[in-house]
Order: sequence, then structure tokens, then C-alpha cells
Amino acid sequence: MDISYTILIPLIPLAVFLLLGIFNQKIKPAVSGYIGVAGLSASAALSFYTAYQYFFVVGKESGIYKTIVQKVTWMNFTDTLHIDMGVLIDPISIMMLIVVSIVSLMVHIYSRGYMKGDDGYTRFFSFLSLFSFSMFGLVLATNLFQIYIFWELVGVSSFLLIGYYYTKPSAVSAAKKAFIVTRFADLGFLIGILIMGYYTGTFDFETLNNPEGPAILNWASTSFMGLSVITWALILMFIGGAGKSAMFPLHIWLPDAMEGPTPVSALIHAATMVVAGVYLVARLFPMFYFVEDGFALNIVAYVGGFSSLFAAIIAITQTDIKRVLAFSTMSQIGYMMMSLGVSGYEGHEGVGYMASMFHLFTHAMFKALLFLAAGSVIHAVHSNYLKDMGGLRKYMPITNITFLIAALAIAGVFPLSGFWSKDEILVAAFEHNTLLYVVGVFVAGLTAFYMFRLYFGIFWGKDTQYKHEPHESPLSMTFPLMVLAFITVVGGLIHFSEYVSADKAGFEAHLNIPLALVATAVGLTGIILAFVFYKKENELPSRFAHAFGVFYKWTFDKFYFDEIYLFVTKKIIFNLIAAPIAWFDKKFVDGTMEGIGNKTVVISKRIKGIQSGKVQDYAFSFIAGVVILALVFIYLWTN
Amino acid sequence: MIAGISIYEILTVTSFLFFIGVYGFITRKNLISILMSVELILNASVINFVIINKYLYPDVLQGVFFSIFIIAVAAAETALAISIIINLYRQISSVEVKDTEIMKY
Repeated sequence: MDISYTILIPLIPLAVFLLLGIFNQKIKPAVSGYIGVAGLSASAALSFYTAYQYFFVVGKESGIYKTIVQKVTWMNFTDTLHIDMGVLIDPISIMMLIVVSIVSLMVHIYSRGYMKGDDGYTRFFSFLSLFSFSMFGLVLATNLFQIYIFWELVGVSSFLLIGYYYTKPSAVSAAKKAFIVTRFADLGFLIGILIMGYYTGTFDFETLNNPEGPAILNWASTSFMGLSVITWALILMFIGGAGKSAMFPLHIWLPDAMEGPTPVSALIHAATMVVAGVYLVARLFPMFYFVEDGFALNIVAYVGGFSSLFAAIIAITQTDIKRVLAFSTMSQIGYMMMSLGVSGYEGHEGVGYMASMFHLFTHAMFKALLFLAAGSVIHAVHSNYLKDMGGLRKYMPITNITFLIAALAIAGVFPLSGFWSKDEILVAAFEHNTLLYVVGVFVAGLTAFYMFRLYFGIFWGKDTQYKHEPHESPLSMTFPLMVLAFITVVGGLIHFSEYVSADKAGFEAHLNIPLALVATAVGLTGIILAFVFYKKENELPSRFAHAFGVFYKWTFDKFYFDEIYLFVTKKIIFNLIAAPIAWFDKKFVDGTMEGIGNKTVVISKRIKGIQSGKVQDYAFSFIAGVVILALVFIYLWTN
Repeated sequence: MIAGISIYEILTVTSFLFFIGVYGFITRKNLISILMSVELILNASVINFVIINKYLYPDVLQGVFFSIFIIAVAAAETALAISIIINLYRQISSVEVKDTEIMKY
């Protein structure tokens, strides 16, 4: 199958970015929106065409979906170690193409309504295109280095878009925070890549991931501090992935990233960029699974499980609706990580891998929907806070219904897409790790609770008197909501396990009825609790908050992680390490250089008198020199 | 060859002549005097050429030829130097060395 046309999928948004970026001032806002949407539509159409070709025209060869690669060598180091540029097509990259193109297209359409009248309208669309380009490139990367390049590019576009309202100090600091935290994590990723390249001699995913290949078979050849170096490399790469995917303890940037415009949160911080970490682990899954009996994979599982629990607890107490959704995203990504972590490799054993990818797909749809619906609400009431909302169902029927669908999906209610993917995750956890299963079920209950707290708080609850009567958003904003709601409803009916599985052979996934019943029961309990607490304004929530006392306060302040990081950086690193180094730099390094300069000036001032400009003085020096030399030579010769 | 006078006496005389020229070149304040000192240096070397030729290699004439060349070049050089000095005099109405320091800048 010739896949060279897939290179156009990232290149079209790049062209749009350059067009909109260079002619920023010359293009009218109305036109730039259409250009952005048109570019993304072309990419989306190509993505769908690729998916159709790959799954239905080419299909399986000898029982498995082949990985198709086309690449050119970009930088040569040794015969085996070189960096390529190219495209790699396999089931998960196809799935990600679909996810990114759908969500990105919807967000582009939505932004035409949401950003209307904004000064930087064209700039916004050019950044969105830059992000789409980077994300497509990341998905299609053929080797670790290529993925790293695009990894940084999505980081940059995320930075630009979080800091889009650059006149707001909070947005600027949030952008900086996101960039610094992920950059810090990416340091781990880079070291991991270099270790991997050094010890396996290749960066190629195909070579690395071959279960019979040397990279996996020889994992035990070199060890460091009791673990194989390859395991260390994988752990370091996972640190990079954890930074991008906001896993504990590198999650602190995600809630602040909500300072960006809401469509950006939907696209980058809910559906696509934050799952890059999951994608990375999935991309290297055979390595994670086979090297050192899955030691690194266990770390992934526990970090994921803990993050999902941690974030779900915090999400209950937050009052900014976008922050609730941010913590919910973190929780759901933790779910995906956990699911990958408990996955096996072959056939039905690999249900965790499949479930993770499935959940990635469904979550991208309903979380983007939740964010866009939240954006629609924020657009109407001009506030992010729950206290300014309530009773909105009367004013915004479409937003209400689509939000309800997404909330039901994330709570895992039959037969919406979230139900199916969450059920598969719980099956995988149940079969491999009881502790993580219990965590998973508990988190499912919490998810249902905080999501419906949000829903009831926005659309029911107290009858707020609004100064300006809120009204339903325009069609450009409600249309993406409806499309995404439709996908959320039917997405679960896709036979995902036949297309995406760890060994690429596909298998038949069955609904595990008892587990599904347990999960649904827990989810419904959460919803009912939320109904009792928040359907009508009452005293219950505050009484419970008081009952939990200090624990509630901790949760509300996100367990003080921001403060801890600030303490560590400002008090310890800045004062004890950075300040002495700065002093040394100023006094010694700068001092030496400045001293050399100053001394040269002083000396030259002193000796400049010699340069009198009188020929006679020069002649005198010359002749004096000659006489002295003559005397020296005479003295030497005579002895 | 001059009877009764050896090459040493003549070389001593030319050395004096040469160092008188050098001394004059360094100490004179007047451009014309400096030019004359330069002429003295040149003359000392011209005499040296001729004397060394006559006393050491009497059968060749290169030294004599060369002295003719030096006299010709010295004449041209003097004409050039004089013209420069006259031009300078027209500009600053002086032929004192200390007044020409302005040319440094």
C-alpha cells in the first residue's frame, strides 16, 4: 500500500499555519476562519481515507495488521543508528489520526463562533493549525527522535495557546508553568531516547518493537542499579509521557492551563496533546511489556491508578467548571495509563491495551464535548465559576442535552460509548490486579458524582437571576456539540478490539456482565448522590464539607502541591543552589572577564604616550634598538 | 687607492659622517635640516660603496655604479621631499617638526 499521500495530513495544517501566520494582518477574520476549517477538513478527509484503505482495502495480512512505514534518512550517525523522517501507519496511529482530525475539525468550527470579535482571531487559527500539524506529525512519527521533535512542537503550540490572552498575567504564568513542567519532564524523555539509542543502536519503532528483535531479546545485557538500562530508558521516557499527560506528580500544569481559551482546552488539554503520553507508552508497548517482565509497565499502571484516584478526589471540590473538567481529564488519562499497565500482549490478554486505546478514543470525544459545552456555558454567562450558574437548562437546551449525554458517557451509563470502554478497562484490571480494579471502580463512582455535581450545578440547582439573560450559542458552536454527542452515543458500537490490539491480530471482546453491572451500579450511585446533593440548592453539601473538615480544605487546595513545588523551587533550589551559583558567576566568571577588559584600558591609557606621531621619536627608538642589538651581538661574538 | 691612507681611516670618517646624519635626523627641529641630515647619511653610504669597491675589489666596478644610482635616487627623493615641505609650508606657514604633529590625526 502506497501511503506517501499521508504526509499531506500534517503538511496541510502547516501550510495553513504559514499562510495565516505570515499574512496575519492582511487576512480578514471571517476568511481566516474558513481557511482554517478548510485545511482541517482536507486533513480529516485524508485521515478517513487512510483509515478506510488500511482497515478495509488492505486489511489483514496473514492474520495481523501490518505496520506500514515510508521514510527518508535524515541524519546518519552510524550504519544502524540514523534519524529518519517519515510516516508510520498502524492501527493506533490510524486511530489517533481519526481522533485528532475529528476533534480538531470540530474545535475549528466551534472557534469560529466562540472567538468571534476577538482581536487575535487570525492568530488563534494559525496557532490551532500549528498545533494540528504538530499533533499529526507526532502521531505519524516513525522513530523516537521524530516523535520527540513533534513532542516539543505540540508543547510549543500548547504554550502559545495557553498564553493566548497574553495581556492577562495569570494566562502568561500558566503558559510558562505548563511549558516549564513539561519541558522538565521532557528532559527525562530525551535522556531515555539517548540511552535507548546507545544501547539498542536504533531509534526505529519497528525495530525496537519487534518481540523477536535484538532490542527486546537483549534487554538484560547491561544493567544499572539493579535494573536493566533499557528499563531505565523506558522509565525515563514514561516520565516524559507523564509530564505531557499530567500524571501525578507532574500534573500541576494542567489545571492552570485552563487559562487558555476553552476550544484550546477542549482540543489540547482534553482530547489530543495530553494523551500523547498514553500514545507513547502504547507505541512502545512491546518494549514495556517484554523488557524485564514489564517492570516499567507496572510503574505505568500504579502511577496511572494513583493519578486517577488523586485527580478524581480533587475534582469533587473544585468550583471552576473548567478546572473540574481538567482534573477529570487527568483522572481519565490515569485510567488509560492504568489500563495499559495491566495489559498483556497476546490475544485476549491484551484487553487492557485495547481498552486503553478505546477509552482514549471515546474519552477524546466526550471530553471535547464537555469542554465545548462548558465553553458554550461560559460564553453565555461570562464566568467560569459554578456560583454564577444554575438553572441554565431553560436558556440553553442544546448545550444542556449534549452536556448531559457526555456526562452520562463519562459516568459509564449503558449504552453510551464511555460505558463500553470503561467496562473493558475494568475487565483488564480485574483480570490482572485486584487493587487497581478496586481503585478503578471507586474512581468510576467518583467520576459519576463530580460530573453530575457539575451538571446539576450548571443546568439545575438554584435559579440564578442573570443580569443579561443567557441565550443559546450560535449554530457554529452548537453544531460541533451535536456531532460530538452523536459520536459519543454511537462510538461504543465500534468493534474496537478487532482493529486495535497489542499484537495487531485483533480479538473478539465480550461484555463481562457481572463486572459491567458492578460498574454501572457504582456509577448510578454516584449520579444519585449528586442528584440528592445538587439537584436543588440545599444544606447537604456544606454540611458534608464541614464533616470532612480539614480533609475538605486539603482537597479544595489540591493537596497543596503547587505550594510544595513553589517551596522546593523558590526556597530550596533558588536560595541554596541558584543564588550561590549566580554569585559565583557574577563575581568570578564575569569578574575575570571584566577585569581583563578594565586592565587593558588602564594599560593602554598609560602607554599611549609612546605613540607620539613624531617621526624623530620613532627613528630614535629604532636606532636605539639597533645600537642595543649591535652591542649585544658584539658582546656575544667576542666571547 | 689613495697612497698613505688605509681603508680604516676612510671608514672611520664615513662612520662619523653617518652618525652625524643620524644625530641630526633625530634632534633637528626643522624639516629642511632633517632632509640635509638624511643626505649626510646617504653620502656616508655612497662613500662606503666606492671605498669598499676600490680597496677590496679593485677589478670590478659594481660599487661605483651603485653609488651613481644612489646619487640619482637621492636627487629625486630630495626633489620630492622639498615639494612636500613647500606644500606643507603653504598650508601651515611653518617648517617646524612640532607643527606637523597635526598630521597624526
